[in-house]
Amino acid sequence: MSSPALLEIRDVNFAYDSRPILKGINMTFPKGKLIAIMGLSGCGKTTILRHIGGVLKPTRGYVKMDGQIIHELDQDNLYQMRRKMGMLFQFGALFTDMTVYDNVAFQMREHTDLPEEIIRDLVMMKLHAVGLYGTQNLMPAELSGGMARRVALARTVALDPMLIMYDEPFAGLDPISLTVVGELIRRLNDALGATSIVVTHDVQESLKIVDYVYFVSDGAIIAEGTADEIRASGEAFVKQFVHGEMDGPIPFHYPAGDYNKDLGVRA
Amino acid sequence: MSILDNLRGIGARVVNAVWRIGYASRFFLMTLLYSGMSFRRFRLTVREIFFSGVMSLIIILVAGMFVGMVLGLQGYETLKRYGSESALGSLVALSLVRELGPVLAALLFASRAGSAMTAEIGLMKATEQIAAMELMAVNPIARVVAPRFWAGVISMPLLAAMFSAMGVFGGYVVGVVLIGVDEGSFWSQMQGAVDFQHDVLNGVIKSLVFGVAVTVISLFEGYDSPPTAEGVSGATTRTVVQSSLAILMLDFILTAFMFRGD
Ligand SMILES: Nc1ncnc2c1ncn2[C@@H]1O[C@H](COP(=O)(O)OP(=O)(O)OP(=O)(O)O)[C@@H](O)[C@H]1O
Ligand SMILES: [Mg+2]
Repeated sequence: MSSPALLEIRDVNFAYDSRPILKGINMTFPKGKLIAIMGLSGCGKTTILRHIGGVLKPTRGYVKMDGQIIHELDQDNLYQMRRKMGMLFQFGALFTDMTVYDNVAFQMREHTDLPEEIIRDLVMMKLHAVGLYGTQNLMPAELSGGMARRVALARTVALDPMLIMYDEPFAGLDPISLTVVGELIRRLNDALGATSIVVTHDVQESLKIVDYVYFVSDGAIIAEGTADEIRASGEAFVKQFVHGEMDGPIPFHYPAGDYNKDLGVRA
Repeated sequence: MSILDNLRGIGARVVNAVWRIGYASRFFLMTLLYSGMSFRRFRLTVREIFFSGVMSLIIILVAGMFVGMVLGLQGYETLKRYGSESALGSLVALSLVRELGPVLAALLFASRAGSAMTAEIGLMKATEQIAAMELMAVNPIARVVAPRFWAGVISMPLLAAMFSAMGVFGGYVVGVVLIGVDEGSFWSQMQGAVDFQHDVLNGVIKSLVFGVAVTVISLFEGYDSPPTAEGVSGATTRTVVQSSLAILMLDFILTAFMFRGD
């Protein structure tokens, strides 16, 4: 592949204990694009992000970023690589013992020698960008869930990463914040010249902003395409997902033995 | 069948225990290895000294005072039988400096600061703060664990010293002020009996060892706790139980080496 992809995932397989979670995932993330990974709860989306961050090692296949295979890096190089990434956690993961200000300033203080005045200006800029200028002295416990998410967003992009990963950025936001955060993700991506990955259930919101979509079900990719292709798609599972129908090819249940048989055996 | 199951259970538990000891040792080594930041950015450590050391100060001072007062009473009762009430000062001071100061201060530190460390780190893990830090290319052992470790190791001897000082004062209040032991002999006997190297230095070594044991156990339990509410509360309990046992066992071993009947 000679396309200028920032990130490639090739044939990644992964299992927790002996339960397979990812089954041969292939994805390509070209520079500058905003890409969504969609799928039902528990299908392995967060697990994919953990592989990109180098927290989990694939049992087969590899994740390659900027020409380097993530799971082959030693600790120093992995940390070097992680500095190019930003990740918004599903539940924010703000440092609860620090103020909003210190949270956003955290990476600047850890990784740069910037003087405090410049850090201050940068923090205020980032907070302003997420619409939370003025909250800098609050503690995370004093924020609502949606506000905490936006602070976490400011913290994620504090050092202008090349790759930004968002794990469920839309969950639990009111309709206005939803649009704001969606726009913000698009704007941050384009302004920073970054590449972004949005993991989400929110089909309608994300189709408005993303360039390309991967649908994951049960650890494998079952559909992919540009936002327009997805909207126009006639494939049953895509339609099922886009319209949120119960019945269709995507299994709603956790993979296990036959429920009816279980009842039968016990009765 | 059930015997086999029992055996298997015991085996699994032994393997698990050995595995955990190995894991904890590795954790301890990593903490030492990544301690650079705790000293280069000493402010991080100072902050933790405040939270674990200074916050334990009140309870240590109050407890020291009462223990000293009890020593004063009991010591006087016993010494009076042999007509050597004037030795009260040395009895109080030696008991405190050699044993009660380091041991009781460490026990209090484990339940006050150790459990708080476990809960804090366990919650940071449960709420993905540790994972977030790691993905921000900041080593959580260096940034979170090591400063707390060194804060505990630095605080422990100081707290033990304050416990002993408060205890001596408590013994003085009961012995001299309330009971009426001669003040001059109280202090001079104490001065004569307490040897700097043999008593004071050994006491400091003890509390350093206890400081290492308590903080390593607390930090490891927090770092290793399952990321759930029950996980964290279980880890907090284990911290207090294991630290207390470790302190008492180590105290016996150290005492045997330091004061073997000479
Ligand atoms: N630490 C773990 N140990 C064992 N299994 C795990 C662990 N973490 C996740 N899993 C399993 O891996 C599967 C995928 O989890 P993952 O977190 O990637 O899902 P997800 O797609 O992000 O779901 P959601 O949309 O609900 O966040 C789930 O079925 C879950 O049971
Ligand atoms: Mg998830």
